Amino acid sequence: MLVIGGGAAALAAAIDAAAAGASVRLLDAAPPALLGGNTRHSRNFRCSHDAPTPWTPDAYPPAQFRADVLRATGGGADPVLLEALVQQSRALPDWLLAQGVALQRPAQGPLPYSRRTAFFLGGGMAAVRALADRALALGVDMVPGCAAHALVLRGRRMTAVVTDQGSMSAGACVLACGGAHADPAWLARHWGAAARGFVNRGTPHVRGELLQWLLAQGAAAAGDPAGLYLVAVDARSPAHDGGIVTRIRGMPLGVVVDRQGRRRHDEGADTASTRYSRWGQRLAAYPEQTGWLVLDDPGLRAAPAALYPPLRAPDIASLAVLCGIDPAGLEATFTAYNAAVRAPAQSDAAAGWRTACLDPPKSAYARPILEPPFAAYPMRPGVTFAHHGIAVDACTRVRWTDGTVLENAFAAGMLMAANLIPQGYVSGLAVSISLVFGRIAGRAAVQAAGRPAAPLPEPDQGHFERAEPDPAGPVT
Amino acid sequence: MQTRTLPTVDADAAAEARRQLAICNICGYCNGLCAVFSAAERRPRLADGDLDQLANLCHHCRSCLYDCQYAPPHAFAINLPRALARQRRQSYARYTWPRPLAALFTGGGLRAGLPAAGVVLAFTLAVVLAVPVEVLFGVHSGPGAFYQVIPFGVMTAGAALSLGFALLAVGMGLRRFRQATAATQPAGSPGSAAGRATLAVLTLDNQAGGGPGCADLDHHPSRLRRRFHHALFYGFLLCLASTLVAAARHHLLGEAAPYPLLSAPVLLGTAGGLGMLVGGLGMHWLRRREDPTPTDPDSRGADTALTWLLLAVAATGLALLALRGTAAMGLLLAVHLGTVLALFVLLPYSKMVHAVYRGAALWQDARERDGT
Repeated sequence: MLVIGGGAAALAAAIDAAAAGASVRLLDAAPPALLGGNTRHSRNFRCSHDAPTPWTPDAYPPAQFRADVLRATGGGADPVLLEALVQQSRALPDWLLAQGVALQRPAQGPLPYSRRTAFFLGGGMAAVRALADRALALGVDMVPGCAAHALVLRGRRMTAVVTDQGSMSAGACVLACGGAHADPAWLARHWGAAARGFVNRGTPHVRGELLQWLLAQGAAAAGDPAGLYLVAVDARSPAHDGGIVTRIRGMPLGVVVDRQGRRRHDEGADTASTRYSRWGQRLAAYPEQTGWLVLDDPGLRAAPAALYPPLRAPDIASLAVLCGIDPAGLEATFTAYNAAVRAPAQSDAAAGWRTACLDPPKSAYARPILEPPFAAYPMRPGVTFAHHGIAVDACTRVRWTDGTVLENAFAAGMLMAANLIPQGYVSGLAVSISLVFGRIAGRAAVQAAGRPAAPLPEPDQGHFERAEPDPAGPVT
Repeated sequence: MQTRTLPTVDADAAAEARRQLAICNICGYCNGLCAVFSAAERRPRLADGDLDQLANLCHHCRSCLYDCQYAPPHAFAINLPRALARQRRQSYARYTWPRPLAALFTGGGLRAGLPAAGVVLAFTLAVVLAVPVEVLFGVHSGPGAFYQVIPFGVMTAGAALSLGFALLAVGMGLRRFRQATAATQPAGSPGSAAGRATLAVLTLDNQAGGGPGCADLDHHPSRLRRRFHHALFYGFLLCLASTLVAAARHHLLGEAAPYPLLSAPVLLGTAGGLGMLVGGLGMHWLRRREDPTPTDPDSRGADTALTWLLLAVAATGLALLALRGTAAMGLLLAVHLGTVLALFVLLPYSKMVHAVYRGAALWQDARERDGT
């Protein structure tokens, strides 16, 4: 059996399949140092529980999990898959612990309160290493640096996978190699010239070759290829793999302008963590996909720490020149903004400051921005994942546009996450989807590989063989 | 807008530690692994004193390298265990008293072992030259046998002077360290914090990778280093206890060494010596087998020198016990006391100071936790 990919979904599929006795080979396009896909950048996963656990306080009933996903995704989640996610997420903490993954207790280090998600101790990299160790211990043949390009299909049955190292035959395969958003050509097809202004926050190896091949062959798509989950990141970030630390977060403390020096949105309207993605989407529509968060000295001191130092200047005009913003435009914006600022009537709480008669308004934290030196963070949209992938049935078989499914090819993880998140996002969802559907796909693939195909494959075609059950026994 | 990567190599240890910790403070994924990450978040300025506090709080468990998505070959090149080890090594020299002796910390590799070897050799040579051959190589037995080779007065005066100076020097260094690393924000009461810091020293609970264990050899969680350190540390304490019990018997009961095999000083010393042997050899084995990536190459010399010195103290002590009834006793006594003298004299100028600064850093950290 072949597993394509190296993130949480691929590793979960390989582990459950190997534990069920299958002979598994895992192909990851990335070199060994980048094993783990975008799970490397993750930290927590969403799981329902009815009572407090050592890893998650209070309770998170399945009904709330379901409602949270439906609300965030505009009701677009596939109800059958959502039900599987919500119910099977319950088993994730115990399953992970059994694989050797360590979880962080809420009291252990300053964790944000979260009854909805559990945290990997040491983050996603630690989880990836533990899962990879477990897969190796179960006899999974791990092949890093080997990308898959296409499947060999006989009717609706996969007989082999075409890879960097030639064609590999298999009784079944799990495709868990993520989306296509690290491929600039794919991005340009759906976003045009704007795609050049995007930064990829994750692994450069999610280039979607298999996804695009499947769609060209007649596989059904899920989600929207132009739907990207974008987050505002520092424009100076590396082109790939900057992860969590490149985010710019201090928008409520300043003003955000485009290259003409114009404000376009209310910086005070959204102060929850949802602002990261809201600004990512907005920046995608800015000229050259670039905006600047401009702060004065008190604003900069109050702003969350950022990866790169801001550009700084003693006055607005010099800052504009330094950034490449139109100086007259930026000065006009600041004059109008500072004139429109109104102190709160009752208290002097920072949140109460707002602008009057300004378009767009700043509806909270609208303090005067007057104290030099001034600082600016250049920002661009950072692509986190795409709301786009392969449509699957309830047991994650790849669906075809003619209504049929591939009998023995399964999709898991971000390659099929758009079935559940066609838009929007809630924290910890990606890892939960990857683990739950990776496990489902891995076990389903074992079954499918064992089933005799029609027509029967030649004897030498099966890479898959029934291995001796692992002494440790199957893990549930 | 040009893509810019942060500088990956910096000649200045402090600048590199500061660069890396600033990224850690944005990420925060590792804050369950040990005390360093929450402490760094409490000291976001990362001034020089903050870095020394954090570097000495770090127990070199190495897990955070393997858990880091920004570790090399990533452009951010985060290797915090190595950066903090480097900062820690330099901090020992920074707080040394008197200052000119900080030069003793600059020797890397084999040179780091020269001061200790010199003390042992010089002391042994002095004994060989001063003690008549027939006494040195004679067979001595009964109470006071050791003092026939090296008079009691010389032994106690040497121990008192060397240890007294060492404690003075360490105390001065500790004073400087505490001044430099004091938190600017309010800290909790020193009393209850001292209790928790002592517990942290005795259990090494920061050397657990947050629970599963440390990355002692490679990324696999392991408890080997912690156990070997425990063997070494508690072995050392048992030897100290043995010496104290012996001193009490000498001064209070008027019973001179050597003591019978089944007496408290011999049993404590034997157990302690064996513990030190196991721990020291274990630490040495780990150092030879470990992935060198998270280790500061320039710290290895001092680490190795201390391990060998502690092993020499333990091995010569056990050999002295085994052969105290033979003609080899005199020379073994000289070598053993030479190693103990080296340990005492070099306490402020060897890797041994890590115990002092780490204890102080743990105490300070416990106070900061109370204060927030």
